[in-house]
Amino acid sequence: MTINILEMRNITKTFPGVKALQDVSIGVQRGHIHAICGENGAGKSTLMKVLSGVYPHGSYDGDIVFENETVAFKNINDSEAAGIVIIHQELALSPYLSIAENIFLGNEQQNGGWIDWNKTNLEAGKLLARVGLKDNPITKIRDIGVGKQQLVEIAKALSKEVKLLILDEPTAALNDEDSAHLLDLITHLKGQGITSIIISHKLNEIKAIADEVTIIRDGKTIETLDMRADTVTEERIIKLMVGRDLESRYPAHTPKIGEELPRIENWTVHHPLDHSRAVVKEANLFVRAGEIVGIAGLMGAGRTELAMSVFGESYGYNISGSVYKNGQKINTKTVAAAIANGIAYATEDRKVYGLNLIDDIKRNISGAALGLLSRRGWIDENKEVTVAEGYRKSMNIKAPNVEAITGKLSGGNQQKVVLSKWMYSNPDVLILDEPTRGIDVGAKYEIYGIINALADEGKGVIVISSELPELLGICDRIYALSEGRITADLSREDATAERVMQLMTQEREKDHE
Amino acid sequence: MSDLTKTPAAPNILTAAFRYLAGQLRQIGLFIALIVIVIFFEVATSGITLKPINVSNLVVQNSYILILAIGMVMVIIAGHIDLSVGSVVAFVGAMAGVMITQWHVPWWLAIVLCLGIGALVGMWQGFWIAYFRIPAFIVTLAGMLTFRGLTQIALQNQQISPFPDEFRALGSGFLPDLGGGVSLLEPLTVGIGILATLLVIAQGIRQRAARKKFAVEDEPFAWYLAKLVFTSILILLITYLLASYNGTPIVLIVLGVLVVAYSAIMSRSVFGRHIYAIGGNLNAAALSGVKTKRVTFLLFVNMGVIAALAGLVFTAQLNLANPKAGDGFELDAIAAVFIGGAAVTGGIGTVTGAIIGGLIIGILNNGMSILGVGSEFQQLIKGLVLLAAVAFDVYNKRRNGGR
Repeated sequence: MTINILEMRNITKTFPGVKALQDVSIGVQRGHIHAICGENGAGKSTLMKVLSGVYPHGSYDGDIVFENETVAFKNINDSEAAGIVIIHQELALSPYLSIAENIFLGNEQQNGGWIDWNKTNLEAGKLLARVGLKDNPITKIRDIGVGKQQLVEIAKALSKEVKLLILDEPTAALNDEDSAHLLDLITHLKGQGITSIIISHKLNEIKAIADEVTIIRDGKTIETLDMRADTVTEERIIKLMVGRDLESRYPAHTPKIGEELPRIENWTVHHPLDHSRAVVKEANLFVRAGEIVGIAGLMGAGRTELAMSVFGESYGYNISGSVYKNGQKINTKTVAAAIANGIAYATEDRKVYGLNLIDDIKRNISGAALGLLSRRGWIDENKEVTVAEGYRKSMNIKAPNVEAITGKLSGGNQQKVVLSKWMYSNPDVLILDEPTRGIDVGAKYEIYGIINALADEGKGVIVISSELPELLGICDRIYALSEGRITADLSREDATAERVMQLMTQEREKDHE
Repeated sequence: MSDLTKTPAAPNILTAAFRYLAGQLRQIGLFIALIVIVIFFEVATSGITLKPINVSNLVVQNSYILILAIGMVMVIIAGHIDLSVGSVVAFVGAMAGVMITQWHVPWWLAIVLCLGIGALVGMWQGFWIAYFRIPAFIVTLAGMLTFRGLTQIALQNQQISPFPDEFRALGSGFLPDLGGGVSLLEPLTVGIGILATLLVIAQGIRQRAARKKFAVEDEPFAWYLAKLVFTSILILLITYLLASYNGTPIVLIVLGVLVVAYSAIMSRSVFGRHIYAIGGNLNAAALSGVKTKRVTFLLFVNMGVIAALAGLVFTAQLNLANPKAGDGFELDAIAAVFIGGAAVTGGIGTVTGAIIGGLIIGILNNGMSILGVGSEFQQLIKGLVLLAAVAFDVYNKRRNGGR
């Protein structure tokens, strides 16, 4: 008879307009490794934030029972005091402090307000030994690799006498060796009686270490499977993750596919900080006129990195490969050159990378193509208003006039401004990164219509999306991207949710030694 | 957040007008503040403030701060700062002195060379800021020290004086009196004033017509008319005051040309648009193909030239190149820009705003001096005015649900 260390019962969490979690229940057995699986946006992280008190008690419905007691965490400190520690995907370490200082940050080994450095470093050393890290505790965090930083996070959790360790995509940023070490460590900690919840997209890892897996889809628990039973296969998990049917949420569209527009060959990009890590590996892809091409990949697969590195090398280090148009190699070294060669990139984060939120609609729309509006460096403001007004009407941007400040528009209308901006730059190919992120269903439908219209005008459209159904619904062809590698080029007919998901999650092909 | 998407069907004309004015609160507030301050000092100094000679002095004595404020507002809109302008003013003054009195360079050539020095100074600082990515605060703080040092080296810690009359005219000269010194109002000044008024009116009508045509006009007609009438009266009043003294100061013409030219650059040129784009969202600008480094570099070159011009005007006015010249000018210029409504985070600000901000500081200085307020209280009051102006901005933004 096993006892559950944690029971979350009927958790419902709503954000304005969105039900992020609906009646989610999950039981985690003491001393087990429990995996949580689901598509991007399924609600995994929200659930963990509810559990760890990031969303305080009262902001959600349902009960959390931890060690047989109903708990009501008001913040992270409460959950940590109870022995629940969450390690986020983005590590929360201070780069210029030492390992020991980071481990005891907020929990300093002190003596009446003065830090006891000997004790700090001694205790840190003991904790490092437990996670198998041999580095000196006074080493600065910035001087160790991201794999070791992950271990420091775990050591920090151990210092808080953790009973339940939550790891959110712990291996997303790690190489194979570091991943293997981390998974060993989690198994090892299990031997010491520490329960873990691991959120992961990597089914092979889940298969290797998890005792149970719970699948979440659209904010609901679908099923909890016992991984030790032989009947559980990766295919079955994928089927449960994808689940739903394609509803008629996508406008019908008959593609008229023409000539090949850019072709990208042998595109390799390295991480700007970790120069040895390739985030995009020898990618080959092309788009034809009138074609809508999807890039499917999980978070961290290198989708945005691929797009931004092609668009004027806005991301990455040591980029190699070529972009061809009409058989000619074209220059994409700077954003201006990429735009001049007919490439447009609408960012996934419109507030940070897409719009000048303190400026108005017309100036945002004209921002990437002032050359079309100006003579000898002077802008024709009347023409600018006419152009912007045209887009406001044709794109149905809901604002009193084109001098409305973009920061005050709704997400959907902001996205339409971004699309207008890139349409006005008159590109051959538009790369749309998460074009429907954070906008409501009605606006999504409108955006799909715009994408179809762009293709009908003879433009090539590349859509990057975390929402697999969206890609299946609108794309003529889909590339699956897994860990920086393009693993498949699927036609609309061949692309089923299960198939694409499998290719997205497929284990990295081992580099031939 | 989405209030724009639910605009009520037919707002009545009064609420529309009110909403418009509320949106313009900052600009209106600035203007009203200027008028209130003028009236206050006019009353407090029993009419000395608006005496022709004092108005003339006000223009002349604040000209170099106003010139600096034009360059500074551009730098601040781009999200940078320039602490070195005071030292650059001194350095250029020193070089002008050395060139004219020791090397016997003709005055006009000296002016050209000095503007060139300003450009070089700007290139030097712009290089480190734009291409080497050192924060402007650090680079220009270093510039503040180095150019002060170079000033002292150039002058060997001596003062240089006097300068030739032609050079001095740049700072303290007046346009020739066409009335032969006997007419009640100097005719050339009156002519310029009337011409300026007509241009302002013509521009106002043209702009409104264009905006009406494209249906982006939301300014109530009464307000538009009031603004136009008020501006015209203001120009004519200043014309009258100047014409009844010595006429038009040459530096006012310089300043006028700069204001018109840079207002146009900031509002209508691609370069100006790029400056706003960089300050508003650097990432978005870069991803829109703006050559952010080049724009930043040119911005500082421009600031260098403007600082050089201010240095020439200041030196000409004092008829003296002094190692201590320009001390604290950078702070006055920065204060003018922020009082004029520029955002500390960049992306927001106007040339006219900076000029009004500069005038507010100038009138505070002038009025308090006439009243015999000690310099300690002058500093105190200027500090509080700056704080109040920016606090008003921040409050206003928050009330409007800003970010």
